[in-house]
Amino acid sequence: MDEALDTKLRILADAAKYDASCASSGGKKRAAGKNGIGSTTGSGICHSYTPDGRCISLLKILLTNYCLFDCAYCINRRSSNTKRARFTVAEVVSLTIGFYKRNYIEGLFLSSGIIRSPDYTMEQMMLVAKTLRNEHGFAGYIHLKTIPEANPWLIEQAGLFADRLSINLELPLQKSLEDLAPEKNTATIKTAMGQMRERIIEAKEERRHFAPAGQSTQLIIGADTATDDVVLTTSASLYKNYALKRVYYSAFSPIPEASRFLPAKSPPLQREHRLYQADWLLRYYGFTVPEITEGGDASMLDLDIDPKLAWALKHRALFPVDVNTAPREMLLRVPGLGTRAVDKILAARRHMRLRLDDIARLTSGLKRLRPFLITLDHRPTRLIDRADLRQSLIAPPVQPSLFD
Amino acid sequence: MNTAVTLAAGADQDGFRLAVRRLLAADIAPDAVVWGTPDAGDLFGGSLAGDAPPVMLPRALAAMITPVVCHRDPERYALLYRLIWRMRHGEPELLANPADALVRRLEMMRKAIRRDLHKMHAFVRFRETIGPDGTARYIAWFEPDHYIVEATAGFFVERFRSMIWAILTPVGSLFWDTERLAIGGPGTKDHLPADDAFEAGWCSYYESIFNPARLNTVAMRSEMAGKYWHNLPEARLIPALVRGAPERLRDMVAREATTPIHRDPALAVAAMAKQNPKTLADLNRIIAAAPSLVPGATRAVLGEGPIGAAIMLVGEQPGDAEDNAGRPFVGPAGQMLDRALAEAGIDRTTTYLTNAVKHFKYQQRGKRRLHASPTTSEVKHYRWWLMQELGFVQPKLVVALGATALLALTGQPLPLLRNRGPISFDGQAGFVTTHPAYLLRLPDPATQQTAYTAFVADLQHARSLASAC
Repeated sequence: MDEALDTKLRILADAAKYDASCASSGGKKRAAGKNGIGSTTGSGICHSYTPDGRCISLLKILLTNYCLFDCAYCINRRSSNTKRARFTVAEVVSLTIGFYKRNYIEGLFLSSGIIRSPDYTMEQMMLVAKTLRNEHGFAGYIHLKTIPEANPWLIEQAGLFADRLSINLELPLQKSLEDLAPEKNTATIKTAMGQMRERIIEAKEERRHFAPAGQSTQLIIGADTATDDVVLTTSASLYKNYALKRVYYSAFSPIPEASRFLPAKSPPLQREHRLYQADWLLRYYGFTVPEITEGGDASMLDLDIDPKLAWALKHRALFPVDVNTAPREMLLRVPGLGTRAVDKILAARRHMRLRLDDIARLTSGLKRLRPFLITLDHRPTRLIDRADLRQSLIAPPVQPSLFD
Repeated sequence: MNTAVTLAAGADQDGFRLAVRRLLAADIAPDAVVWGTPDAGDLFGGSLAGDAPPVMLPRALAAMITPVVCHRDPERYALLYRLIWRMRHGEPELLANPADALVRRLEMMRKAIRRDLHKMHAFVRFRETIGPDGTARYIAWFEPDHYIVEATAGFFVERFRSMIWAILTPVGSLFWDTERLAIGGPGTKDHLPADDAFEAGWCSYYESIFNPARLNTVAMRSEMAGKYWHNLPEARLIPALVRGAPERLRDMVAREATTPIHRDPALAVAAMAKQNPKTLADLNRIIAAAPSLVPGATRAVLGEGPIGAAIMLVGEQPGDAEDNAGRPFVGPAGQMLDRALAEAGIDRTTTYLTNAVKHFKYQQRGKRRLHASPTTSEVKHYRWWLMQELGFVQPKLVVALGATALLALTGQPLPLLRNRGPISFDGQAGFVTTHPAYLLRLPDPATQQTAYTAFVADLQHARSLASAC
């Protein structure tokens, strides 16, 4: 690889790293034909991890970081003095195939600054995906960032070549978007999301290929005044109305060439971590947004303890729960029990009455769940009323581990 | 006396299954079996020989045996045999109880294998070298924790089928020549090419995608343990990235926001929003240049007729004749339409004719190109063009010919007959009738005549509505 291309790669990877999405999952299993290359496994593979603990699954780059938009939170906004570069379509294709053949990546995640016009930019991105699929028989994963301002014909073409499409909402409040991203518009973004949702559902019914791994979005945390309540309400509505596969939360990170509109400070990683936990509670544990936020204070989540524990501590009257008789929905509300542990408990219950030792074999959250769970040999009736319960359950500070 | 079973080194799937058949046939309990491999020395016990009848094992049990046999734990065979024995002696549902100590231990072993497989899929790194015949070969060196090399073969073959590659490990090797898989003995790292054309680029990527403001080495190590690092080219960058991160973060936080040096590209920004086609000719250029969304089609068939026409007729999609001629409504259905228009007193030359879908979707049957109906989502893909077209033509009345046109004009699949007659398409005056091709398909001449008369009556109705507008 020559030096000029290496320099471009450095600039355009650096420019892409503030997008949190990395997943190569959600699609169906598939493999290339005899002369093609690549496969998707359905669950995705992380090929490496950088020292920020994030996985490298896809080659995540921008086609170009020249951009006509001026979004204050973005290093690539037109008023930033960051170094600029632009890949040709052939260069992106060659990098993707070269990396893929060495087993560095699962595929490509392509995004771009807006140059000339949204339509032109979208067409260029699509050309990359189309070349990979049609000329190289590439069957690996392709995630295309969709440009909602592009015309619907182009947006819908993207779904023919991509496994996943995404449009970043970035800021949940329309007011913040107006202030910080003057060229963007919540209504345009949501219209495009709605259009993709419709097409994804129809194509599935018609067994046509159209973004089989669905669509996702990202919200930036800490760049504006949106509370956790606002963020989670937005997520819940996005999941419900647009059938998104994932909402990613990205703690606003200081950038070189920062805008003077935004505070330079360490990213709120703990807040981001709690939001991911809350997102899980929404999707897999039957919690509603009001239930989750009432565990915290003033519309913000408790940063010291996880949102399920926070909720349980405010509803002590519902605990302890008998592990041998409680229904699934209630077991899912016990701090320390994940969905898999609950399913194992339900399976084991058909064969035996469970003791604390048995629970220890099924989950690693024993310490947290002790005050909340009754087993054959454990009745924590007084634990639950202790005033210092919260304090005793706060885990020693560790760096959050995301994307596991 | 104990019975000794000696199995091959590594994951001896066949040997273990044969041993289980023999042991069960001889009714030997787990406590009386000593399991060993050739390198384990003398086992002091009798041995079994000869064939034994096959044993039916539940699927869930087989799904436990295959991965666990790959585990490095010397006790793996003994544990598996104990599980099989118990399930055949009064505890058939044992595997369904995750809280049982034996099941739990085997489950952990199975999980370890799954993880090892996953990490091998993830962390194998090929280097390219050019073989004597000038073709590219890809060679990797990897050190798995367990005896999983053969078990990973399917994954690598499927993914890199068109490449010639080898994966060498201390416990066995895989060779693929684009057609056949060969399994070899232990390899050495000596055969790994010294460098690779993309490796420096990969390391550049790794450095650049790392965000120093989010340093979290605990999370990194939990997924990419130190034991893998020496075989990962990118891992040699980790110490420097970690060391430099705090300072890079301090720098970013402390640095004053700079004044943009670029002039404000006001003209370009203003132009950006003006991308939509301005005229019907603009739109037609875009449509003509776009590839077909539906399979088939040699070209896009554009709408035809004057802007400001009183009536705009929307059909389904071009057919064989239209695709060849590049004009709408020139095939058999078009001729039927012409006749009906004339009878209804509508002049085709002052009417705008177009289709919901601009390309001919067909299936090739021998020499014939058979019309294939566009699906709902395909029609909706084309809808944006139709709406733009409608905006430019601005007819007094739009006539939907058939259900596809109705879907395209409303965006919803609606029953045709229940909506036949006048309608409003989101404020635009409209009319719904059948497609002329429907008349052609009616088998009985009498029914066809009735339907044709109704069609002409509809067109007359439409004409009077258009002139009243």
